[in-house]
Amino acid sequence: MSALTFKLKQTPQFSVNCSPLTPNTLAGKSAQDIAKINLEYGNSSVTAGELFHISGNDCEHIIFQNATDKLDYIGANMTSGQITVEGDAGAYLGYHLKNGKIDCKGNTAAFVACSMRSGLITIHGNTGDFLGAGTDGSRKGMLGGTVIVKGNAGDRVGDQMRRGLILIEGNAGDYCASRMIAGTIGVLGNLGTYTAFNMHRGTLLLKKQPHLHATIQDCGTHTLPFLNLLFKSFSRLDTPFSQLNAQRVRRFVGDAAYKGNGEILVMT
Amino acid sequence: MIINGIQIDDTFAEAFNMRGTRVIITAQNHKWAYNAANAMTGFATSVIGCGVEAGIEREMSAEETPDGRPGISILMFAMGSKVLMQQLETRMGQCILTCPTAAAFAGIDSEDKISLGKHLRYFGDGFQTSKLIDGKRYWRIPVMDGEFLTEETTGMVRAIGGGNFLILATSQPEALAAAETAIEAMKQIRNVIMPFPGGVVRSGSKVGSQYKTMFASTNDAFCPTLKGVTHSELSPEIESVMEIVIDGLTFEDIARSMKVGIEAICQLGEASGVKRISAGNYGGKLGPHLFKLRDILNSSQS
Repeated sequence: MSALTFKLKQTPQFSVNCSPLTPNTLAGKSAQDIAKINLEYGNSSVTAGELFHISGNDCEHIIFQNATDKLDYIGANMTSGQITVEGDAGAYLGYHLKNGKIDCKGNTAAFVACSMRSGLITIHGNTGDFLGAGTDGSRKGMLGGTVIVKGNAGDRVGDQMRRGLILIEGNAGDYCASRMIAGTIGVLGNLGTYTAFNMHRGTLLLKKQPHLHATIQDCGTHTLPFLNLLFKSFSRLDTPFSQLNAQRVRRFVGDAAYKGNGEILVMT
Repeated sequence: MIINGIQIDDTFAEAFNMRGTRVIITAQNHKWAYNAANAMTGFATSVIGCGVEAGIEREMSAEETPDGRPGISILMFAMGSKVLMQQLETRMGQCILTCPTAAAFAGIDSEDKISLGKHLRYFGDGFQTSKLIDGKRYWRIPVMDGEFLTEETTGMVRAIGGGNFLILATSQPEALAAAETAIEAMKQIRNVIMPFPGGVVRSGSKVGSQYKTMFASTNDAFCPTLKGVTHSELSPEIESVMEIVIDGLTFEDIARSMKVGIEAICQLGEASGVKRISAGNYGGKLGPHLFKLRDILNSSQS
């Protein structure tokens, strides 16, 4: 069996909602049935067969080839299997992901891992704003799972994040961990301004100390035993985070403006 | 049955169902892990007066523990889940939370979970922090030496308590020396503890008493100073009896432990002063598990 492959015939003019194309929704369907699936396309709809050359038959592994940032909601509500995006992905990659793996070889637009529940998303390029955040009207962001970004991330990483792990190997933008409720965000690169703005709880693990606003309090340098457990859990992941082992960190707590008990741990 | 000049009585130990759990205590070094584990398993010899029976199962290297520090594995047994939960929480709060550098982790997996740090976290007065790592929830409680780290729950399993055997010797020092030899051998067996002081108990009991308020009293049939006044089980040359009580996770664990202990004594031979090995049973009044000494010694497992 070869992976079920959706190869874009040409770059679409409008955004395409790819949420019907996941391993769990396509399981047991024939190639003809899959080609007839209607996808939202701008204000109208289009069949999968009109947009993609479809080949392969292993629904447990789906590949999007020639992918562009017009392909939104890839892997949305997915519960099992694997999706590989060869190219860029649009907004809401892994939206509400419940399980399985998504591997994006290029860059993505905003709202990746929005309301994600479990599973693993790896982005080899850069990602947009609101990584691991909540959707409109939702008061909670990401609720579990792991996201690895090999490149940089935009603003508002982990906004209202409730649980889970986000690891960014590059830089993150402004308002990183804003309104964060719980979970862990790691950043090896630089951060923008207003880090931990209105942070409630959770952990922001950093390699480099960012400029922090006045309502983030310095609690001194400490050796924290729980980091051993955290780093052990990183060891199975394909990321430089798996090499971390020092338990010595400078601990900042905030955001005091929100009576927050979130922590920023800067590795020393 | 006679092994190396020591008689093995044709009798059985009688054991009962319990609930058990395992906790892994880690610390900066083994010295402090032992300080925590000894406190946690202190005053836990018998459910009759202590609520739980607890003991150190084994020492763990840094490579074996969840947080990569030296550790001690302890087992704790009680007659019911409610008592076990209550005792575990109390002992966690008074013995592990208080011990410098100590941390506590679940040592056994089970569908039944009991609180390890779930309620203890409130000691943090709002500054406590939860971390969900690899599907397990941990609590970080700020304390004066830094942070107390504990897993939220540990598993609770069905277990067996009260496996035992009696060492009958011609003098008290000889009985104790043989018991010590057995304990050293039995400490190598996993999933069991010998909860009494040094693993040995000298005050074996029988069910009932002439006093209405006592539901257990001295096992007069095995008391050497009562040989002439009671229906004694002891022959004239026996001057001292020691008992080793074993709690374990399964019947097989206890049986293996008893076999190893008795064999270690038998290796000492008749010159050790040990004349007989017997076992405590109560004619079926106490529990459903029967450990027949001769069957255990004849079995091939070790």
